[in-house]
Amino acid sequence: MALLNIRNLTVKFATATGSFTAVDGIDVSVDKGEVLAIVGESGSGKSVSMLAVMGLLPDTATITADEMTYDGQDISNMTAVQRRKLIGREITMIFQEPVASLNPSFTTGFQIEEVLRLNLGMSRREAHARALELYRAVGIPEPEEKLKAYPHQMSGGQCQRVMIAMAIASNPRLLIADEPTTALDVTIQKQILDLLMKLQEDYGMALILITHDMGVVAETADRVVVQYKGKKMEEADVLSLFENPQHPYTRALLSALPENATGDRLPTVSDFFTQEAAR
Amino acid sequence: MTAVVEGKAIVQDYHVPGGMFARARSVRALKGVDFRVEKGKTLAIVGESGSGKSTLARVIALIDAPTGGELRIEGKPVDIRAHRPGPDMRSKVQMVFQNPYGSLNPRQKIGNVLMEPLAINTNVPAAEQRERAEAMLAKVGLQPEHFNRYPHMFSGGQRQRIAIARALMLNPSLLVLDEPVSALDLSVQAQVLNLLADLQDEFGLTYVFVSHDLSVVRYIADEVMVISKGEAVEQGTREEVFANPTHPYTRQLFAATPVTDVAAIRTRVERRRLARAGVQ
Ligand SMILES: Nc1ncnc2c1ncn2[C@@H]1O[C@H](COP(=O)(O)OP(=O)(O)OP(=O)(O)O)[C@@H](O)[C@H]1O
Ligand SMILES: Nc1ncnc2c1ncn2[C@@H]1O[C@H](COP(=O)(O)OP(=O)(O)OP(=O)(O)O)[C@@H](O)[C@H]1O
Ligand SMILES: [Mg+2]
Ligand SMILES: [Mg+2]
Repeated sequence: MALLNIRNLTVKFATATGSFTAVDGIDVSVDKGEVLAIVGESGSGKSVSMLAVMGLLPDTATITADEMTYDGQDISNMTAVQRRKLIGREITMIFQEPVASLNPSFTTGFQIEEVLRLNLGMSRREAHARALELYRAVGIPEPEEKLKAYPHQMSGGQCQRVMIAMAIASNPRLLIADEPTTALDVTIQKQILDLLMKLQEDYGMALILITHDMGVVAETADRVVVQYKGKKMEEADVLSLFENPQHPYTRALLSALPENATGDRLPTVSDFFTQEAAR
Repeated sequence: MTAVVEGKAIVQDYHVPGGMFARARSVRALKGVDFRVEKGKTLAIVGESGSGKSTLARVIALIDAPTGGELRIEGKPVDIRAHRPGPDMRSKVQMVFQNPYGSLNPRQKIGNVLMEPLAINTNVPAAEQRERAEAMLAKVGLQPEHFNRYPHMFSGGQRQRIAIARALMLNPSLLVLDEPVSALDLSVQAQVLNLLADLQDEFGLTYVFVSHDLSVVRYIADEVMVISKGEAVEQGTREEVFANPTHPYTRQLFAATPVTDVAAIRTRVERRRLARAGVQ
């Protein structure tokens, strides 16, 4: 049985110019111990569908689904109390914009220690020791000093690693990581991906990884979902996807790497669609 | 040829105020960095997270005054602590921040975000402001119906494109971009990089481009600077740096770049399958 099972998820937003369908009938399922990668163009509904699962969309959103279960329990109509037991403990999320998701008025150390005390019932001293350990694990330099730093006193990539530390603090059973390494250079990205894969292998954590980096997909995913304009275009195990991509958008994604530029221009997906149509 | 922007021995210290238990201290984020960028060229800055890239970008874009060193724009020394830059200088030098969310006013509709620089710094009539803003939205791949939306109603990559569009509204001559395409999928990334290249060809724009993505750097850069712990450890033309990286950190960067090679994926998938079978 899948750990998370979402069938036919649709999210519509009420906007000034009418209703806008951001997610259009998407299925997502992930098993215990599995890594599912979601890739797709910017604005295709990747973040919105996961925020729907977390119950974090604004009131202007209308969410419908045929099924929305976690570990067999229906999560679409949970009470706030039931939801709080789950979200932030068993299911955690690394948000796409790290600086925006941290509170600017508190030190990052205070914020992570608060999570550890409230969600895991640690004492102040235990929380501090564990926070230090987590900062080391995600490679934050001078961790003692950085625990005392406010978000604006840290670099973009350091804030992103604070978010990662918070999300893995409770050894979640399901981690949703939304572009977790966008602010990191490849050396630190590698360290972070290795860390996530280790948690994943050691504790059987399920991981949903939203990314636009096909290199990251190649090095982590078991299964891949490709989204385009709010719809699922293709789903395949990682090897089949790279060996034999079915959908033109997937082929375009794999060939739009800057190293494949012809002359001065980089190929865009619309260039690719025109080329395929001409063939 | 005079450089559009030139820095000599740029030093930046951050003062970290003390608290109840901590003593105040200062952190040297830049330890004397030199650079110059000629008109119509792109300097790419790469380096480890926390190495000082954004710190340098903010100095070059006249957002923060450096603690030491000299910054020259078009040959003239600029000291923003002594003289606040006027509207002329402000529109000439623009910056795209690493964190687009934080740089957008949550209560301002995107259309107004784009028109505001024109309203403040130019005499462009209102109707034309709107036309130009709509045209710019289209250039970064957004739609006319986005004009009246607020920043929180966009995806991460869409916000990144809004920040780029805003910086381009005043036809700057120097544009400092801090990780401007990090959240974009390859296709939209290609569209934005093509747009930047076109503007450079047409108007001779000069770019300082912070990125950790080497494939992007290889495509866009004329000159490359690698910084590590606040120091420029490697500087040269793109060809030089890519053909013959000399600093260990630069070599590490090349080595850690993920591969999308099918044979490598097959090996990894097999290893995971065996590990799973071993557990059960
Ligand atoms: N509150 C909102 N009101 C209206 N539209 C919204 C709102 N939030 C998101 N959207 C729209 O929903 C669509 C999907 O957004 P989402 O954030 O899921 O994209 P994404 O696939 O994560 O893109 P990216 O890769 O750029 O982060 C986008 O077109 C976005 O503009
Ligand atoms: N306001 C501040 N006060 C104190 N320290 C700061 C401040 N801003 C940045 N720093 C520190 O200065 C160093 C350089 O930061 P900077 O933001 O320039 O790094 P970066 O190279 O842009 O990193 P990233 O790739 O993660 O964005 C970091 O160690 C950071 O913690
Ligand atoms: Mg997103
Ligand atoms: Mg930075």
